[in-house]
Amino acid sequence: MDALINFGSGIFGGAWPAVWTLLKIVLIVAPLMLSVAYLTWAERKVIGYMQVRIGPNRVGPWGLIQPIADGLKLLLKEIIVPSGANKGIFIIAPMLAIAPALAAWAVIPFNENLVVANIDASLLYIMAITSMGVYGIILSGWASNSKYAFLGAMRSSAQMVSYEIAMGFSLICVLMISNSLNLVEIVQGQNTGRFADMGLGVLSWNWLPLLPMFIVYLISGTAELNRAPFDLAEGESEIVAGFHVEYSGMAFALFFLAEYANMILVAALTSLLFLGGWLSPVGFLPDGILWLFAKMAFVLFLFLWFRATFPRYRYDQLMRLGWKVFLPICMIWLVVVGLWMLSPLNIWK
Amino acid sequence: MDFQTAVFFFLSAILIFAAMRVITARNPVHAALHLILAFFTCGGIWALLQAEFLAIAIILVYVGAVMVLFLFVVMMLDINLDRMRQGFWNYLPLGAVLGVLMVMEMGLVLGSKYFQVPAADAMVPAGVSNTKEIGALMFSEYVYPFELASIILLVGMIAAIVLTYRGPKKSKNTNPNQQVFVQAKDRIRVLQMPVEKD
Repeated sequence: MDALINFGSGIFGGAWPAVWTLLKIVLIVAPLMLSVAYLTWAERKVIGYMQVRIGPNRVGPWGLIQPIADGLKLLLKEIIVPSGANKGIFIIAPMLAIAPALAAWAVIPFNENLVVANIDASLLYIMAITSMGVYGIILSGWASNSKYAFLGAMRSSAQMVSYEIAMGFSLICVLMISNSLNLVEIVQGQNTGRFADMGLGVLSWNWLPLLPMFIVYLISGTAELNRAPFDLAEGESEIVAGFHVEYSGMAFALFFLAEYANMILVAALTSLLFLGGWLSPVGFLPDGILWLFAKMAFVLFLFLWFRATFPRYRYDQLMRLGWKVFLPICMIWLVVVGLWMLSPLNIWK
Repeated sequence: MDFQTAVFFFLSAILIFAAMRVITARNPVHAALHLILAFFTCGGIWALLQAEFLAIAIILVYVGAVMVLFLFVVMMLDINLDRMRQGFWNYLPLGAVLGVLMVMEMGLVLGSKYFQVPAADAMVPAGVSNTKEIGALMFSEYVYPFELASIILLVGMIAAIVLTYRGPKKSKNTNPNQQVFVQAKDRIRVLQMPVEKD
C-alpha cells in the first residue's frame, strides 16, 4: 500500500491526494454498481424460487447476464419528457435520488482502516445524507405533472419523514451505548464485554441488548427504502408506478439504481450498527471484511424475503405503525437504556 | 489564495445566488428548492469553520425534515403570483424598514463576535469532538435556555394542533387492532342444516 502511495505521488506530484481520493471513490462505486445489478438478479431469482418459479434463466447460464442486458436496454431507450412537465426539475430529480445513495458510502468502514473518510460524526453524516434522498422522489412526482406521480410523491414524503423519526431514535440508543458517533468505534465497541471475552462475540453485538431497537431499525429501514411491504410510493395496483411513472430509459434506471444502492447501504448500516460489522461471531475465526459482506447478504436476503412474504400495508396502517407503535417503543426503550447504563448492571463500561 | 479560501468564495457565491433566487423566483417550488440549496451551502460553510456538528445538524434538520414538509405544503398550494405582486409598492416601505432592521441586527451580532476574536483562536485542535463539546455545554451551562426552548417548541406544536382541531369527525375508520386479532369464527357462521329433499 505504501509502495503504491509513493509511486502515485511520484507520478502525479501535488495532484496526488485528489487522484488518490478519486481512485478510492471508483473502488467503492464500481463494485457497488455491480452489486446493484446482481442484487436485482438475486431478487428475481430468490422471489422466483419462493413462488415455485425459476426466475430469469435465458440470458447466460442461470440468467447471469440478465442484469447486464437490462442495463443495456435501459441505456439505449429514449428518455421521454412529458410536454406538461417542468423540464429542469424533471431531469434533476433522478440525479437527486442517486447522489445521496452514493455519497453516504463515503463514511462506511469495511474494516478498521478501509474507509474513505473516517470522520468523527459519521453516523450523523449518514443520517443527514440519507434524509435528502426523499427530494428525488418528491420532485420527480411534482415535476412529472401527473396525478399518479404526484400521489406517489406525497405518500412517499410523508412515509419517509415519519419513519425517519423511529430510525433516528433507534440510532440514538446505539450511540448512547457506544458513546461515539464514529462507525469504526461503534463496531469496535461491540467487541468488548463478557461474551466477547468468552469467545462468543455474536452475543456481545448490539442486536441482543438492543433487540427491540434492532427490529425497529430493520422495519423502519425497509419503510425508508420504500420496499415491500411499505412500497406505497410505487403501489403498482393503485397508482401504477407512483413517482416514476413518467420516467423512461436511463432516468428510470437511475431511480432503480438509487433504490438498490440504498438497500445495500441500509444492509451495511444494519450490519455495522447491530451485527458487529467485520467482527467474527466466534473467537476462533479471524475478523475480516468477508464477515461484513456475509452479514450484508443476510440482511439483503431478509429484504427480498419480506417482499415475497408480506402483502402491502394500507396507508393508515403504515402511519399507525410508524407513529403509534414504533415511536412509543423507541421512547420507552431509550429511557430503559438510559436507566440501564446508570444502574450497576451496566454492561457497556 | 489558498484552497480553503477558494472553497469559501465558491460556497458563498452559491449561497448568495440561492438566497436571491428564493425571493425572485416566480415559481414557489423553485423558490423552496433554492432555499434548500441555500441551507445546504450554509452547512458547507459551517463545515469549513470546523463546526461539523452544526453543519450536519442544519442539513439533517432543515434540509432533511423541515424543507420536506415545506415543499409538501408549497406543492399543494395554488398560488396566484400576479395577485401576490399587486401590493408590492404599498408594502415596500414597511418591508424596507424591516430589512434595514434585520441588517443592523445581523451587523451587531456578527460585529461583536468577529471584530474582537481573531480567527486563529477559533481553530479546533485535533482530537476534540465537536458533538461532545456542544452536548456538554448544552446540558451544563445552557441547560435552562435549552429546556426553555424545547418547552416553547412543545407549546407551539400543541397550539398548532389545538388551533386546527375541529372536533372529532364521524369517520368510518377501522380499528387495526381488532382487524389483526379477528378470527374466522367472528366472521363466519357455519350452519348445520338438514339436506333438503323434494
